[in-house]
Amino acid sequence: MTELLRIQDLHVSFKTDDGMVRAVDGVSLTLNAGETVAIVGESGSGKTVTSLSVMGLHKKGQAQISGSISLSDHGTFKDVVSLNDDAIRDIRGRAVAMIFQDPMSSLHPYYKIGSQLAEAYLVHNPGKKKEAMARAIEMLDLVGIPEPAKRAVEFPHQFSGGMRQRVMIAMALMNSPQILIADEPTTALDVTVQAQILALLSKLKKEFNMGILLITHDLGVVAQVADRVNVMYAGRIVEEGPVDDIFYSPLAPYTLGLLKSVPRVSSKNERLKAIPGQPPSLINLPVGCPFAPRCEYKQHSSESGCNSTKPELIGTSATHRSRCHIPESLRHDLFAKELKELQS
Amino acid sequence: MLKFIGRRAIFAAFTILIVSAVVFGIFSLLPFDPAALTCGQRCTDQIVEANRVRLGFDKPIYEQYWLFLSGIFLGRTYGAGSAAVGALLLWLTVGIGLGIVAAKFKNRWPDTSSSVFVLLATSLPTFVTGLALLIWVSIKWKLIPLSLQGYTSLFDNPFKFIEYFILPWITLAIAYAAIYTRFTRAALLETLGEDYIRTARAKGVGERVVFFKHTLRAVLAPLITLAGLDFAGLIGGAIITETIFNLPGLGRLTLRSVYEFDLSVVLATTILAAVVVILMNLIVDMLYAVLDPRVRIT
Repeated sequence: MTELLRIQDLHVSFKTDDGMVRAVDGVSLTLNAGETVAIVGESGSGKTVTSLSVMGLHKKGQAQISGSISLSDHGTFKDVVSLNDDAIRDIRGRAVAMIFQDPMSSLHPYYKIGSQLAEAYLVHNPGKKKEAMARAIEMLDLVGIPEPAKRAVEFPHQFSGGMRQRVMIAMALMNSPQILIADEPTTALDVTVQAQILALLSKLKKEFNMGILLITHDLGVVAQVADRVNVMYAGRIVEEGPVDDIFYSPLAPYTLGLLKSVPRVSSKNERLKAIPGQPPSLINLPVGCPFAPRCEYKQHSSESGCNSTKPELIGTSATHRSRCHIPESLRHDLFAKELKELQS
Repeated sequence: MLKFIGRRAIFAAFTILIVSAVVFGIFSLLPFDPAALTCGQRCTDQIVEANRVRLGFDKPIYEQYWLFLSGIFLGRTYGAGSAAVGALLLWLTVGIGLGIVAAKFKNRWPDTSSSVFVLLATSLPTFVTGLALLIWVSIKWKLIPLSLQGYTSLFDNPFKFIEYFILPWITLAIAYAAIYTRFTRAALLETLGEDYIRTARAKGVGERVVFFKHTLRAVLAPLITLAGLDFAGLIGGAIITETIFNLPGLGRLTLRSVYEFDLSVVLATTILAAVVVILMNLIVDMLYAVLDPRVRIT
């Protein structure tokens, strides 16, 4: 397995009038070629901030970033955190590309689709206008836009939402990047189109042996396409592991809460099991486990650590790790039982 | 695209026709005898009657309207509008230019000093800036000769033309330039936060191109709309500036004609102002279609 991206102990904070916001607090993860790694979490958990850090898209002076983001530029590893502006710009769109949540507003309304795509190529291959246009049409064809040559001279408003997201994907592929970051790529689309886009991403991943970092809050999407999953809460990864482990034997109370809150067709007239309470403010994080105020399983903790220390990301398995003060064996049995009850 | 422009042009022509009919109708209903207004106090009935026939006021109303309509197209063009056009170019250059600088150096000294300009320029009324310019630049410092008469056409002597109009241009442009500085700055900063600007950055596009191509392009369309409407308003509304600088302008002409009950002239300038407003709207619509592909459909 070729490693493409290694994030180590990433911290990102923003200065606001109310104080420092710790949006990302010590995130580490890796991404290999040919695999989809998902970052799951609710709004404000730090998943988008993490992905924007990989692109170096935070504004200078506003965000304070520490740690390292080692990224493969076609074989050579570069640390995005310490690169200067020009070097980051050179990587963007070429070694790592990104597609965004809202395809309706992510394309420039005044430029033709073809020239917006061609620009992505021209930025990194100056002067090659003809090649850029040919490549744009080729990529539109690849992502399943019918009559690509004709559609290339049209404007974004003449495309439907799903088609625009295909265009965004085509744009991301213009320079054959090894890493693709997909930030909520299907959130703004309806369900049938969602499935098409996810299938397309999976197909392209295999075809180009790309590594996809998928940012989402949708567990359905995760189950469909992810190989490995990182669950984020309050700027930290609270559980990481292969997708099956996460869905069938979750170890973090937060992950279990997420799984329980997925609506089920089978349950009749039952209220949705939402996680009680609100995510904590990132300005004044609790001293102990950030999830403790909302945690239903606190009483199972052998020590009174929940409110005094932050748990470490540990696990008996090398691939499946979680943050919780409750002994892992206890959690394993307890959570498995709950999931079984839920499914019956 | 051509179909769109054609349809708008026909619509504009139709609007002008209706406006002229309404204005003409209003004036023909006014309780003044236009023929009586043509001669002084010691007027005899014979002279009034003779003038009535000479000016065509004896004809039925629809025939008068027809004469009036055909007269519009046979009339000759006037030097009016030079002040407005020059001012438009000046305020667009200064306003958009300063707006760009202010947005680019947000919260740094160029932005703060542009705010000072905006505040000063918007709070000074036209008669103050106009008179101040006249007193200091022309009379005290004698930088530009006081030209109470001597309108020269642009084509005869461009230098003289500019010398004649430069102070009126500045006077008219200064307040607008301030508003446009503010508008351009705000629009640029707002657009910089758009998703498609982030997309451009994600492609690896440099900051300069992001600003001057992607961002500025999106701001142009609303700026053009604003400029078209302001220009149309200015054509008839430059009365104060025209009076201060003794320009043979449309606004002053209208005002004087109203005082003198010179109905024909009031009628003419009203129609002209209406035509300019409609034409400017048409031009703005066309430019908008060029600038914003989304309005081109159908």
